[in-house]
Amino acid sequence: MTRSVDWLQLACFVALLALITKPMGLYLCRVLDAKGKTWLDVIFKPLERLTYWVMGVDPEKEQDWKLYTFAMLLFSLVGCLFTYAILRLQKYLPLNPQGLDNLAPHLAFNTAASFTTNTNWQSYSGESTMSYLSQMLALVIHNFTSAATGIALAAALVRGIARHSAKTLGNFWVDLVRITYYLLLPICVVFAVVLISQGMIQNFKPYTTAKLTESYTIQVAKTDAKGQPVTTNVAVMVQAPKLDEKGKPVMTNGVAVMADVPKLDEKGQPVMTNMPVMVDQKVEEQSIPQGPMASQVAIKMLGTNGGGYANANAAHPFENPTPLSNFLQMLSIFAIGSGLTYYLGRQTKNQGHGWSVWASMMVLFLAGCLLCWWAEARGNPIHQHLGVAAADGNMEGKEVRFGIFNSALFATITTDASCGAVNSMHDSFTPLGGFVPLFNIQLGEIIIGGVGAGLYGMLVFVVLAVFIAGLMVGRTPEYLGKKIQAYDVKMSMLSLLVLAVSILGFSAWACVSKWGLDGLNNSGPHGLSEILYAYSSCNGNNGSAFAGLNANTPWYDATLGIACFVGRFLMIVPIMGLAGSLGAKKISPPSAGTFPVSGATFVVLLLGTVLLVGALNFLPALTLGPIIEHFQALQGKLY
Amino acid sequence: MTRKAPSLFDWQIAGPAVAESFRKLDPRLMIKNPVMFVTLVGAALTTVGIFIGKAAERGFIAQLALWLWFTVLFANFAEAVAEGRGKAQAESLRKSRKETIARRLRNKHEEQVPATELLKGDLVVCEAGDIIPADGDVVEGIASVDEAAITGESAPVIRESGGDRCAVTGGTRVLSDRIVIRITSEKGNTFLDRMIAMVEGARRQKTPNEIALTILLSALTLIFLLVCMTLKPFGMYSETDFSVPVLVALLVCLIPTTIGGLLSAIGISGIDRLVRRNVLAMSGRAVEAAGDVDVLLLDKTGTITLGNRMATAFLPAPNIAPERLADAAQLASLADETPEGRSIVVLAKEKYNLRGRDVGEKHAQFVPFTAQTRMSGVNFPAADGKPARTIRKGATEAISVYVDQAGGKFPAAVTTAVEEIARSGGTPLVVAEGREVLGVVQLKDVVKGGIKERFAQLRKMGIRTVMITGDNQLTAAAIAAEAGVDDFMAQATPEQKLKRIREEQAAGHLVAMTGDGTNDAPALAQADVGVAMNTGTQAAREAGNMVDLDSNPTKLIEIVEIGKQLLMTRGSLTTFSIANDVAKYFAIIPAMLMGTFPAIAPLNIMSLHSPSSAILSAVIFNALIIVALIPLALRGVAYKPIGALAILQRNLVIYGVGGVIIPFIGIKAIDVLITALNLV
Repeated sequence: MTRSVDWLQLACFVALLALITKPMGLYLCRVLDAKGKTWLDVIFKPLERLTYWVMGVDPEKEQDWKLYTFAMLLFSLVGCLFTYAILRLQKYLPLNPQGLDNLAPHLAFNTAASFTTNTNWQSYSGESTMSYLSQMLALVIHNFTSAATGIALAAALVRGIARHSAKTLGNFWVDLVRITYYLLLPICVVFAVVLISQGMIQNFKPYTTAKLTESYTIQVAKTDAKGQPVTTNVAVMVQAPKLDEKGKPVMTNGVAVMADVPKLDEKGQPVMTNMPVMVDQKVEEQSIPQGPMASQVAIKMLGTNGGGYANANAAHPFENPTPLSNFLQMLSIFAIGSGLTYYLGRQTKNQGHGWSVWASMMVLFLAGCLLCWWAEARGNPIHQHLGVAAADGNMEGKEVRFGIFNSALFATITTDASCGAVNSMHDSFTPLGGFVPLFNIQLGEIIIGGVGAGLYGMLVFVVLAVFIAGLMVGRTPEYLGKKIQAYDVKMSMLSLLVLAVSILGFSAWACVSKWGLDGLNNSGPHGLSEILYAYSSCNGNNGSAFAGLNANTPWYDATLGIACFVGRFLMIVPIMGLAGSLGAKKISPPSAGTFPVSGATFVVLLLGTVLLVGALNFLPALTLGPIIEHFQALQGKLY
Repeated sequence: MTRKAPSLFDWQIAGPAVAESFRKLDPRLMIKNPVMFVTLVGAALTTVGIFIGKAAERGFIAQLALWLWFTVLFANFAEAVAEGRGKAQAESLRKSRKETIARRLRNKHEEQVPATELLKGDLVVCEAGDIIPADGDVVEGIASVDEAAITGESAPVIRESGGDRCAVTGGTRVLSDRIVIRITSEKGNTFLDRMIAMVEGARRQKTPNEIALTILLSALTLIFLLVCMTLKPFGMYSETDFSVPVLVALLVCLIPTTIGGLLSAIGISGIDRLVRRNVLAMSGRAVEAAGDVDVLLLDKTGTITLGNRMATAFLPAPNIAPERLADAAQLASLADETPEGRSIVVLAKEKYNLRGRDVGEKHAQFVPFTAQTRMSGVNFPAADGKPARTIRKGATEAISVYVDQAGGKFPAAVTTAVEEIARSGGTPLVVAEGREVLGVVQLKDVVKGGIKERFAQLRKMGIRTVMITGDNQLTAAAIAAEAGVDDFMAQATPEQKLKRIREEQAAGHLVAMTGDGTNDAPALAQADVGVAMNTGTQAAREAGNMVDLDSNPTKLIEIVEIGKQLLMTRGSLTTFSIANDVAKYFAIIPAMLMGTFPAIAPLNIMSLHSPSSAILSAVIFNALIIVALIPLALRGVAYKPIGALAILQRNLVIYGVGGVIIPFIGIKAIDVLITALNLV
């Protein structure tokens, strides 16, 4: 079922990613150094200075971990309130040619929380909810700043690891400004142009209408002059065995034939009910959304934001016009995260370590990708059970243009990184195929991961791996010369604990409460997968959805919004504490007694730690979700 | 000297330990170990579950509860056994701490007071047969002391006022002569008291690594607690009712009970292993630090070399027969009681078969070594027709002056030989008879056998050795090269030693050293691991964080190994414990779901007999593995000096991969067994 051209594409993808890692890493070294020189200085240096002057920031002055974290939290809070305000007031603001209404409070909160935290979970459909101003200002600004914030935090942690006897970790404002100006903006401009060349749209036109070549008919409720639905009294029908003239049931192959008969009450009178009157309506036109799509998509991918312009996200022909645009979008999701591993190696003067972290991520990536691809190519287990499996695998919910492989690959990448853009519906994946994205997110999105967030998430596992393994070689564990002590273990474990508490806690709450169950479109294990996926996605700041969950309700919006905050900020504070603690430590020179944090043994060790410490927590819940669903489906059981 | 390790199943230790395991069930004690505390609460909950559960399940829940209690008891037993071994040692020490009557000196008058009333600074008198009442320094006199009570060594040692052999320990016995001792520590804080407290584990505090590990284990416990608690609502959603005992079973299997149960036993046994090698660590922290040490400062004398210079060659002057040189050198050394002198006599005998003669008959007159002449020798008066002889041996300059005065000439060839010897790290001793220079005796430090290999092993473990010596640069360099140390400090003074330690520490290294003299005290205190020799001064013993009762400087290397072993054992068992979870998942999760979702059967890859047998087998395995690993926890995992990466790979395979595989086999075996016994 797997085609050789798909293998070739996978090989190309990994090879290209490996190729861009070093240049990206080297460029990051310059961007993340306050005094670093880039060839964009000519354009951005004056702007950078002006920004500092306006913000009143002294770029020379570095911050300790507490101040750095405080600056980041303050910035995020202000950004969040700003977005909330715009969304609540969009009706009164310009650039709203469709005249879209203000957002409800819960939706505005959810959206603001989601975009501030680089989650970009969307409880709404973009084209029918957001004005151009909301899209471009309230949302796109976070696409840049939340991505820049993630990269800045990763840089701060790497500085903590690389420096010794240091009190400071850099300046948050400087990092934020430099990442935005020198890294995100220029790449996005180039990337957007490339995407436009592929046919992606970039305009401010009102939505256009197109005349359908094949008109079709839908049924709509008839309304009277006042706009009220017209109803009619009809008899309620029930099913009963069909009887022949003699009053005997009609049988076919031994089974009684059923017929609709009017339901009668105790008095033998037919039961009547009010039904809306439906009329045929011929659809000859289609409304096609327009807007500044390419500029949004560029940062949506590069900054691992993932919030789609259109509801169909990267499955929409405008948002993902060609195979090349699809390929480039996938590559751009991994580009910065991959480069950051090189940055880690460079800064710690241990490039082997950087590449080992990268290699560990690639192993997990390939494992997930291959499993997902295999499961999807194999098709729906129910169909297999019935002996009617489609030759081209499970195509439900997939864009025909992309097919099985590119859907599986995209799904893996978007959940490895905390991107959340989708080019297929994860909800329609086979149980095992859908298990992969869910599992990827629950690992903490450490496989390349969200820009910055992936690296600092993985480094927590590195610290834990080094701690356990370090003891095994008979020394107080050292990570690149820094002793890993009680405080560091506490901070690392705290960040893992937060993840587990929030994902499992919220999911457990939702799946036994009315508001949680009301939002479900599917019952059985698949419904549980949907709930788990929603909270995992928000906690992991991924933002992709197992569609099928109607999450735009006050309860879901609120809890998912909180999950976004928890998954981002409650994770970051302990990690920054770790960064501060590591930075203040002295470095013991490496010797034959310290085991190397590079090479195959280290990769195995790190993978083992990720799977044993990070993944096992979610296994029982996953068993009740996709795993049970898989086994049940194999036996032909449906819900 | 090493004390024998008591066997694990020594009933004298195991018996009380069983009782102790029950006493340790006190929740106030258990709370200090969060992992086992959660297990205890789980066991209690399950016990309640026996009475409120369905009648049909009662037998199963009762067995579950029983094994959960066993899990806690086994962990307590591990700790009790480790403590018991220490207590056994403490008991033998305590016997020596009898109530003694001290003879206190007050204004030159002796008075009899109980030893417990002695204060710091008091002077006491001890004569042959007296037990020294408390720790102190000898301020007057010299005596031989039997220290077998603390060192286990029966040969008496000399203690004298002044110098580096002035410290005496309370509880030891004076065998001869009379000494006056100034008391340096009061009751309850004497050396013996601290030693007893240490081996008993009474004063045991968690070491930094132990604290960090406890945090890791507690956090894992908390996470798994959450996993199991949320499983209840997930189950409600899936229309599966997970009973509390089953959830407790899952929880106890997932939390790291193996390492949680053995952690304190590992720590106690680390100190115990040191004590058995006659090293007394003042804190567990010091033992742990020993594992981290990467620079060893070693005194040349006694550690690297046998301790004294020995004659290794006779190099005659031109036209002198080697036998004549050897004969003269031997004659000059016959009365020389120094090790160097004796080694010359021995070498002459070995090489030229010259027997030591009875020189007394010849009216020989010996000239002893003095600091002024820097020579020694012998004069024979003319007798029996033989002419008078004057033989001298000594430092080159001294002999040169002596020969000059006698009107002789110092041959150039001898000067060359002298320089050659000095360059190779030896000490030249020139021998002259009358005005004639006979040649040179080469004295050399003899490096201990096997020490070079030992240093090579240390290097593989990433530990640098630095030799400390009072010798000059040239000599030191030669010995350093021969012994294979990484670095040396020549003409080292205590101040330089201290400075060197500070420099190493500033560069991020952890330093260990040995010392005995009072002037070593600052360096001992500064070093991360300072091992004081028991023969040393009280000041040195106070400054260091370990005392070697055998006063054997080479033991520093063993101490480092024990420290490493302690950490390795903790790390390996942690890895094992966490890796075990995989198999337990495969045992318990399918069993929990089998009732509602029979389709899950393929996940039961061990094909365990029934849901009850699967859960029970996992719990039994979880309990038994603690007992099975007690010997390993007490003994420590095997230590091999093969470099960090190799050790990591080795332990990763044994305890990581092994930790994944073993429980699959173990759980399956238990399942077969309990099914055969019809227990479920």
